[in-house]
Amino acid sequence: MFVSMNWINEYVDLSGLDVEDIIHRFTLSTAEVEDIIYKGNDIEKVVAGKIVSIENHPNSKKLHLLKVDVGSEVLDIVCGAPNVKLDMVVPVAMAGGRVCGGEIKKAVVAGYESYGMCCSESELGISDDHSGLMELDGDIKLGTDICDIFPVKDVIFEVDNKSLTNRPDLWGHYGIAREFSAITKRPLKPLSIDESDYSEGEEIPVAIKSDYVYRYSALRVKNIQKTVSPVDMRIRLFYCGMRGINLLADLTNYVMLEMGQPMHAFDGKKVDSIAVGTPDGKGTFTTLDGAERETDENTLLIYNNDEPVAVAGIMGGLDSEIVGDTDSVVLESANFDGVCVRKTSSRLGLRTDASMRYEKILDPEMTVTAIRRLVKLLKDIDGGCEVVSKLADVYNKKYPVIGLSFDKRYVDRYTGIDISNGQIVETLTALGFGVKAEDNNFDVTVPSWRATKDVTIKADIIEEITRIYGYDNFAITTTKSALKPIRAEAVKSEDAIVKDLLVNKFNLHEVHSYIWCDGKKYKKLGIEVEDNCRILNIPTPENGTIRNSMIPTLLTMAYENKSYAPAFGIFECGRVVDGYKENGDCNERRHLGIVMFDKTLSEKDLYFKVLNMLKFIFRDIKHDDADFAKCEVTHAYQHPKNTASVSYNGKKIGEMFTLHPMNAQKLDKNAAIVCAEIDLDDFFAIKVSDVQYSDPSKFPAIDYDLSLVLAEGKKYADIKATWESKNIPELTSAKVIDMFDDGTTKSIAVRLSFSAPDRTLAMDEIQAHIDAILASLGEIGIALKQ
Amino acid sequence: MGISENARCKGCVDFFTTDSSKNAGNTLCINEYFWTVWRKKGAQDLCIGFSEVPLFIERTIQMNENTKQLLAMFEESLAKADSSESLEQLRVEFLGKKGHIAALMSQLKSVPNEEKKAFGQAVNEVKQEIEKKLADAHADIVKKEEQKLIDSAEDYDVTLPMDIDMGSYHPITVIQREVEEIFRTMGFTIEDFSEIVDDFNCFEALNIPKHHPARDMQDTYYLSSGQLLKTHTSAAQNSIMKKYGAPLRAVFPGRCFRNESTDACHENTFFQMEGIMIDEDISISNLIYFMKTMLSEVFGQDVNVRLRPGFFPFVEPGFELDIQCLICGGDGCPSCKNSGWLELCPCGMIHPNVLNYGGIDTEKYTGFAFGLGLTRLAMMKYGIKDIRVLNSGNLKSLSQFIGK
Repeated sequence: MFVSMNWINEYVDLSGLDVEDIIHRFTLSTAEVEDIIYKGNDIEKVVAGKIVSIENHPNSKKLHLLKVDVGSEVLDIVCGAPNVKLDMVVPVAMAGGRVCGGEIKKAVVAGYESYGMCCSESELGISDDHSGLMELDGDIKLGTDICDIFPVKDVIFEVDNKSLTNRPDLWGHYGIAREFSAITKRPLKPLSIDESDYSEGEEIPVAIKSDYVYRYSALRVKNIQKTVSPVDMRIRLFYCGMRGINLLADLTNYVMLEMGQPMHAFDGKKVDSIAVGTPDGKGTFTTLDGAERETDENTLLIYNNDEPVAVAGIMGGLDSEIVGDTDSVVLESANFDGVCVRKTSSRLGLRTDASMRYEKILDPEMTVTAIRRLVKLLKDIDGGCEVVSKLADVYNKKYPVIGLSFDKRYVDRYTGIDISNGQIVETLTALGFGVKAEDNNFDVTVPSWRATKDVTIKADIIEEITRIYGYDNFAITTTKSALKPIRAEAVKSEDAIVKDLLVNKFNLHEVHSYIWCDGKKYKKLGIEVEDNCRILNIPTPENGTIRNSMIPTLLTMAYENKSYAPAFGIFECGRVVDGYKENGDCNERRHLGIVMFDKTLSEKDLYFKVLNMLKFIFRDIKHDDADFAKCEVTHAYQHPKNTASVSYNGKKIGEMFTLHPMNAQKLDKNAAIVCAEIDLDDFFAIKVSDVQYSDPSKFPAIDYDLSLVLAEGKKYADIKATWESKNIPELTSAKVIDMFDDGTTKSIAVRLSFSAPDRTLAMDEIQAHIDAILASLGEIGIALKQ
Repeated sequence: MGISENARCKGCVDFFTTDSSKNAGNTLCINEYFWTVWRKKGAQDLCIGFSEVPLFIERTIQMNENTKQLLAMFEESLAKADSSESLEQLRVEFLGKKGHIAALMSQLKSVPNEEKKAFGQAVNEVKQEIEKKLADAHADIVKKEEQKLIDSAEDYDVTLPMDIDMGSYHPITVIQREVEEIFRTMGFTIEDFSEIVDDFNCFEALNIPKHHPARDMQDTYYLSSGQLLKTHTSAAQNSIMKKYGAPLRAVFPGRCFRNESTDACHENTFFQMEGIMIDEDISISNLIYFMKTMLSEVFGQDVNVRLRPGFFPFVEPGFELDIQCLICGGDGCPSCKNSGWLELCPCGMIHPNVLNYGGIDTEKYTGFAFGLGLTRLAMMKYGIKDIRVLNSGNLKSLSQFIGK
């Protein structure tokens, strides 16, 4: 929002203060100022001049040769404006002066000397009208500087609208002036309004048919002769970002910019009774910008005799628009439900200065004051106008008056500093609060313009006191809180160790990816998006499904990084949704996903590298081993043969797998790819085993090698089970020392190591164990190699 | 100096008398002197003048011949030896148990007793001489051999580039760990929270009622489960207050989601870290002090802060906190858009309604809350200009963040 310092100065006298300094204080106490613009600074030596002679240029149809009397002299000026006429008084930029376009110099134009330039409003920067020369009042003394005639010079600052969202009172200059008054401790002048009692004539009938209407005030004015707003007013509107349209439209805008109250002027001839409500069904309505809008049962409309004439709080209709010849008007000053206006505005895709203000939840108290203000301005401009109706005022919903009580201790506790009682009273009074102070107790009444949502509790009062006090003026102190040592949660540190191991020991790269599936990218790898919880309002529906596994997205990343290196590994610790919980909520899980891409290793070697990695992580963090077993695929992209479950204590907590050949081929024909995924919530829940220490035996260990022929379909786990089931305390370790597979037979050499803590083992003792093991192996069809 | 008695011969270790004027400084008895000269000149010359070569001299001559030959033989072999192995052979040949010296020594038993001493000495002298020469030659050869190794060694190019295979952390992890560590030292609990939350946690419990514009401002991803992706880490406040009660110091980093289109400056998925501190009489003054201290730690230098009023429904009063630009020191530069200040993080005194929802007694306790944009901090720290890098998985970018 743009704020004019000239306008502010009308209500609070800021003379003698540095303008940038007080705007800076406004930033620190009220709302962020984004920019300061100096208007009229580039206008120099522009004076009122009268055209005393016009000759056509001999070589040009457009140009005229003028003689212009600027009081002290008569200048020759070559001018191309279409509206030049004799005795017209216009702004003349003299040689050596400046206008918005730049410096004015004596020049030769089309063969004739020109000693200045006659200006349009646009060239003076006071409007965007460049259709012709600006015509000044014929009574003005020739030679008067334009800046002395009109308030061309002004300081405009732009406030960040977002920082005003909770301050409906700051959407007009008067509210901002109140802030300056409090900040600078200078008095705020009252608004000048029409004080008539509006007791004559017929009241415009107003029927309210919706709870969305809080208050509706209307007044009829006739005999309006003037149609164009005074230049001062137009300059102000223009500087604040609005265009002059016609007197009545300009006045409604002016009052809105001044008080924050949106107003509407209906053509008096076209509106005779008002009804406000929502239509029964869908329909269309043409707003005054000429666009046809779709309305529905949630669109609040203003009706005249059952015909819609405006979308409430947003925009009027084309048919009841004020046009040039209107001499009578119905003024609307109303208060509508902010949420309703916001929703309608976003549904229509139509955000106006009015709707922006209504969204902030305006003070309904000001509707009538705004009408009185407009009438006052109108009467000052057009003395012949007449109010011809009683004031219609339906006040449907009044906000309660908010009273708050607090004591000095409360303020001290909240601020941590000592702000005096006098200062508290002075600040709150300046901001319009009613304050009763007795000893250290305060009873405060919140002004209506702050009571719609903004100030409702004691803590809000603290903000009022402290922001005007100035946060820069705060003495800052540390807290008195007791010292309490904090330990990192196990989850946090295990999460850190997992990452540390993957990065530092296994050289993997950590990545982050989106929580939803990227359908297009998955498709490239032949991966179907699996059904899961969906995002209802994502702009790209193919990405709407929340991932149920980390792997597919990591695979797309591996695919995109193919040119990065011949071998790399990536991982992510992130969230997936594994279906729903019993109460219907998403079952959100923390997962670790690992994808290894390698063109230098065989798939088999890479597979065992990942197996080693997972085992390492388990042993490092949990001091125990996980169980790995072949399992059924849970996703179509997994390899039917080489998918294994990772379990602990019988609970499956993850998977490790190679890719289904179809997906592997699409990703890279020459690279090995192995994936692993661990449910970290399950992993973190595993209790860390104590490190089991035992003194190493002083007696020698005896190794016994078995070279076995594996029967079809048998795994190492089957062999291992034969000795584990026997619980041989002297068997201290078993290692695979060789494996052989010639396509027809598979053999495996295992080294069993025996030792006892208290004696040297006798060979026949060991042989007895070996015989028992071989017998069990025989039962499952595994024999010694011949 | 007169005749000095009881001087001790260095050779035979017997006492003898000596005329010091004739034999000044000599520490050998006449016998020894004779032997010495004899050894030097050769027995033949010495025998001239003798009418009869005494028997012992005869034997001695023979002996001398033998040792001379032995030495000559040794010298000859030594000259050919060119490695420590051949030296060792030589040592065995001459000094070994079955070597030449041992053989010579074995003759000792056939030498008359009175001559045994001299004989033994003679052999010993030869032995010592061989030992010394061997040692010298050995030292020489070792040195040569070492030099050969040095000369033949490859001259390594230490300036060669190395292809170091290193893993990398995501920059968010790096910055998150740094900031968490700072908060841990200040006694804050680090809390984790889910990414999918419900309407109550994300809005209701934060004093953002239905139809509040803040719910439009934070374009929310709504889920088919009726839940939503959390739009801010504040969504964890309520749960954490309920979990710990007051007093409380906690930070909770997390990933947040906003339904907006992405470009170099905007992401729909980003990281924040929220912090709250609740205790008796926590004040605005404490908040400013804390923010200044904490941010000075984060940036590793003294940071100036300023507060401006800011509106967030879950704090009252609410602030926008600016830090004085660290690049220009507040003078104004392109980084701070010439204002000297950078808007860094929202903060404020926790709204009493929020404390109430969290089950905290607002008569007794007050508190403050603040939000840090971890994504923004990471971008500032590393000069990442395009926010989309962070979720791109592009290893050409991400692999640069080595070490934690």
